[in-house]
Amino acid sequence: MEAASFSPSPGRQGGRWERGPGGEDLFGPPPHLPSLHADPIVVGSKNFEESRLLGEMFAQLLESRTDLQVERRLGLAGTQVCFEALRTGAIDVYPEYTGTGLVSILGQQATGGSTETLNRVRTEFLSRWNLWWLAPLGFENAFEIAVPKELAERERLRTISDLARISDRLRGGFGHEFVGRDDGLPGLEKTYGLRFASIQRLQQALQYQAAGARQIDAMDAYTTDARLLRYGLVVLEDDRGFFPPYEAAALVRGETLKEHPEVGAILGLLAGAFDEESMRALNFRLQERGESETVVARDALQALGLIEASVRREPVRQGEGFAGYLWGERSALARRTLEHLGLSAAALLLGVLASVPLGLWLERRRRGAEAVISVLGLFQTVPSLALLAFMIPFLGVGIVPAVVALWIYSLFPIVRNTYTGVRDADPRAVEAATALGMTPGQVLRQIRLPLAAPVLMAGIRTAAVITVGTATLAAFIGAGGLGEPIVTGLQLANTSMILSGAIPAAALALLVDAALGLVERALRPEGLEIRG
Amino acid sequence: MPLFLPGPALEATGVSKIYGDGPPALAEVSLAVAPGETVALVGESGCGKTTLLRMFNRMVEPSAGVVRVEGRPVAELDPIALRRRIGYVQQDGGLLPHWRAERNVELVPRLLGWDRERRQARAREMLDLVGLSPGTYGSRYPAELSGGQRQRVAFARALAADPPIILLDEPFGALDALTRLELHRQFLDLQRTLGKTMVLVTHDLAEAFRLAQRVGVMRRGRILQLGPAEELVERPADPYVRELIELAPPPKPHPPTPLSHRTPPTRERGEEKEGEERG
Repeated sequence: MEAASFSPSPGRQGGRWERGPGGEDLFGPPPHLPSLHADPIVVGSKNFEESRLLGEMFAQLLESRTDLQVERRLGLAGTQVCFEALRTGAIDVYPEYTGTGLVSILGQQATGGSTETLNRVRTEFLSRWNLWWLAPLGFENAFEIAVPKELAERERLRTISDLARISDRLRGGFGHEFVGRDDGLPGLEKTYGLRFASIQRLQQALQYQAAGARQIDAMDAYTTDARLLRYGLVVLEDDRGFFPPYEAAALVRGETLKEHPEVGAILGLLAGAFDEESMRALNFRLQERGESETVVARDALQALGLIEASVRREPVRQGEGFAGYLWGERSALARRTLEHLGLSAAALLLGVLASVPLGLWLERRRRGAEAVISVLGLFQTVPSLALLAFMIPFLGVGIVPAVVALWIYSLFPIVRNTYTGVRDADPRAVEAATALGMTPGQVLRQIRLPLAAPVLMAGIRTAAVITVGTATLAAFIGAGGLGEPIVTGLQLANTSMILSGAIPAAALALLVDAALGLVERALRPEGLEIRG
Repeated sequence: MPLFLPGPALEATGVSKIYGDGPPALAEVSLAVAPGETVALVGESGCGKTTLLRMFNRMVEPSAGVVRVEGRPVAELDPIALRRRIGYVQQDGGLLPHWRAERNVELVPRLLGWDRERRQARAREMLDLVGLSPGTYGSRYPAELSGGQRQRVAFARALAADPPIILLDEPFGALDALTRLELHRQFLDLQRTLGKTMVLVTHDLAEAFRLAQRVGVMRRGRILQLGPAEELVERPADPYVRELIELAPPPKPHPPTPLSHRTPPTRERGEEKEGEERG
């Protein structure tokens, strides 16, 4: 099963194409047999609790009601990543909100109520991309503006218009996505004439902590977020109707529904299954009690009578300490470590295969070599997350774009060290060997490469450490690895969870570096060890 | 062997070298070296002596003029094959640091495809010849040898494939005075027993007088005077040559003559004249 989680998504698409459109009913396996070789249904989600929970519910429901293989790509980084993944076929379904679809994806003005919004996104998504909005799940999770309760009482704040009156004295603290979205802060400021004294961009879990500590006076929140109560926050009424309705629903690829009609029917069982109240209760278990979405999703589906009650129940982990936590996570840890090593090794191998010849070629040409190396160095400064997001339209989500991004990061140190190592290899020895009749190829193979080996290996070691470190970010685009618990833990402000990814990742980087250090020593030409 | 007198082993005719916009590194220089003869080129750095030397194995291509080796223009020869037939020793040896001494000596025989036994026997023989016991030093890396020992290995390497011609670029330049004297003695031995054609580049006039039959004094890309030591001392043809000799009064010159070339002085003068005529 490990191998399955490593299969890159283009392979999936290839498999789908091989069967050809329309031919699947005649030549595919009978529907009642387990279709082991069929493409799995890939369920995605965004990287916050509710989205992950809904994604997990979709997955569990499909697993219990069909023989389809289900693959999870939960916790993808934001709307853009999820939508591109769905559009390109890297995932088959993910939970989305109608208002987000309207404003963020379609780029349209938010007008009208829930029904009108749903109808508009339905028709547009169908005609543009053959993507289907299934029946809404029954609750709205809209953007809200929340302020500390005592501030609201002192300043008599009830609506966002009230807030606008005094906003120039207040400190705003908003999520990264909210600050960037048209249906977020920019539109809100325009509609209400808000002008905060300062605006900080914060990670969601930190927003609550900052508001609880009264470091910020206003923040964006979601209707169903259970933390509003705990941190003593109240939401202000959107009296000008700026925020569109955000009804949650499953967004599915039309091709998936055509191939597996049962997917639509089964996910339809969740129509109207929740309201804001019940959703907030589920979010509470995730956000405040630190339960896993696997457990909460199973409980919720059992309560709805959609899956059978099972005896196997994960105990809620508490009071075991970090060691206990790691022990409980050991099988997941092993899987993630393997994934992490796989990603890093693939990227590094490709990096060596591309960079060493490139470095040698640049060394022969010389002219322009420094410029090329500087450009590669510039890639190094592109923030990893931005690079990963940039890959999605071309390569989808999952292993392939992650490996490509890591590969790009590995190029610079290896090219640079190959170039300088070969260029600076004992010029007198090179000169003497040339004058005695060695061909340039012989000089390269017998003298310059062996003499450059230590420098070259140092470059590969640097690249390896960068790759292993950066691979933690691959979890943002669903490529797995040790970044998974880091990404989720950041969302949940769960330190144990973050450390269960960060510490093994750091240890792995040290181990890889040490192992390559041994290789470096083995490759070091013997005569170079003796000095003095 | 041809019935007529053998021509020069090395010959440069009106060669120039110009780099970019600068003054010529070499300006229409002519030089002829007879088989078995050792000619030293002396001058301060930048005078063009190394440039001239490196034209004989095509490490530098002339901008103008013709360079011949054993009568054939080098421009018509494959540079790789040419270099394998010419020995080369440079300052500080240029040994490959990751190869043991004996493998360094085997370099050219390897390139020529000699079989292993012949190569190894040859390497031992050559190390012996330059005064290094093959058993003790053959398996050492260059870093495990002293400067003088490294230079001996470099000589052994240059001689390994028995090339008729050897080019030497400041081969004693990086050595301390005692080691240099020791190597000079050995050089003279080899010169007498092997009878190679050699061009020696050095900035040390005393060394040149000691080791070469003829000495060429170079300055700013030209050969000011070319002749045996006595001639330079007694009849300096140029104020610079006189100044050079006065500044660094050499010991009484003893230009040694190789066994194969124990010829009367007239013969040497004749060669010199021949060289100038070609210029």
